[in-house]
Amino acid sequence: MFNSKKLSTVLIIVLSLSILFLGIYAFASEGQEAAKEAAKEIVPGSTTPWWVWPLVLFVVTFILGILAVLGGVGGGVLFVPIVGGFFPFNIDFVRGAGLLVALAGALAAGPGLLKRNLASLRLAIPVALIASAAAIVGAMIGLALKPNVVNILLGATILFIVLIMAIAKKSDFPKVPHPDKLSQALEITGIYREESLGKDVEWNVHRTPQGLALFIIIGVMAGMFGLGAGWANVPVLNLLMGAPLKISVATSKFLLSITDTSAAWVYLNQGAVLPMIVVPSIVGIMLGSMVGVKILVKAKPKAIKWMVIVLLLFAGTRALLKGLEIWK
Amino acid sequence: MTEDRKKASEEQLAYAGVLNIGMWIGLALLVITFILYISGVLPSYVPIEKLSEIPQGSNVPYWGMRAHEFNQAFNVPTGWGWTSLVAKGDYLNFVGIAMLGGLSILCYLVILPILIRKKDTAYVVIAIFEVLVLALAASGILKAGGH
Repeated sequence: MFNSKKLSTVLIIVLSLSILFLGIYAFASEGQEAAKEAAKEIVPGSTTPWWVWPLVLFVVTFILGILAVLGGVGGGVLFVPIVGGFFPFNIDFVRGAGLLVALAGALAAGPGLLKRNLASLRLAIPVALIASAAAIVGAMIGLALKPNVVNILLGATILFIVLIMAIAKKSDFPKVPHPDKLSQALEITGIYREESLGKDVEWNVHRTPQGLALFIIIGVMAGMFGLGAGWANVPVLNLLMGAPLKISVATSKFLLSITDTSAAWVYLNQGAVLPMIVVPSIVGIMLGSMVGVKILVKAKPKAIKWMVIVLLLFAGTRALLKGLEIWK
Repeated sequence: MTEDRKKASEEQLAYAGVLNIGMWIGLALLVITFILYISGVLPSYVPIEKLSEIPQGSNVPYWGMRAHEFNQAFNVPTGWGWTSLVAKGDYLNFVGIAMLGGLSILCYLVILPILIRKKDTAYVVIAIFEVLVLALAASGILKAGGH
């Protein structure tokens, strides 16, 4: 459990991140206040050079990339609430960027996971069809909603994700007494080498229809909020359908490359993608992820995971209060 | 038999191969075109310094506006209209973005002949539907928001 040394480490990291984000927010507020004053003048203008925010974005997403790997979460679930809450970009552009960030991460990880047979194409393909179609619907709904409604719903969703992360159990090797008829018909099964046990693990899934039904909801939320949906994919694949944890995590990561593609196209076609936001974010998160993988060997995952949970709690609350116009 | 099942299937390896190459090309394009954009080598359609600017009569910067408001302010084309602006530094970036967005469609098209050859009818049908879904999303036919 938590000893005082671990608690101190977590508190120091949380405090540092809080100072960082409050600093960003203060900088933004000062810029906006000065900008409002400038706007009252006849001549419009910006008090912040254009390159400042993309540079800050690159640094922040680099840190998020590290945290995402260490905390075992996707980049999207951190990106949208944090960038949406503390940067001056409209939530439309943030969501468009969030989907592309999650997509880029999934595309980068996908080939390796597929080649190692940890991500299962047979499991992913039927799920992807449902989730990607639903993500289109979610994206269209999300772009039609007013920003404060989006922020309220996003805040509530992030807080729900925090709850899932805090209390959900994971099952390394769920027991699947009998694969259901649908999974048998589709031959959704496999074997992989579990190195930690030094043996081959054969796996099946069950409750496939129920899982597919849940992926409709997951797809809609992914499209609506620009989140990656890995936070939901893994529990459904692992706890509901019974896929081993490693297969669930790997297949979920790969699955994002298809789900997020469909939603990202809707945002792109609606003009809700700005390269000045997208590219620094993608490069930042991918570089951060590479560093995170190297640090992972030495890091203490549980402490980092709780830090990520606190960060998401902060970001989710911020989104909720922003939507309610309590904390603008 | 078990050793065969432990290995990734032919279609899985084909998917991974195309995904890998396409991903690296897409990312490289993204970085190169972004450098061209911010360096000003190519003129931008939306002046770069305007993005953070607060327009007259407003209290939010241009990139703080809703997407449709931003598009109206700068007369930005939606759908595939960006292709007419690829000579502009900002819209040239969309080439890399579109490549990353189109990869999944390409991968499905690559594995379809393998699935057909294996007579995996269910997955052929699912894969065709997936291509149609992704193509629909990419087509620009679907409209959203836009007050």
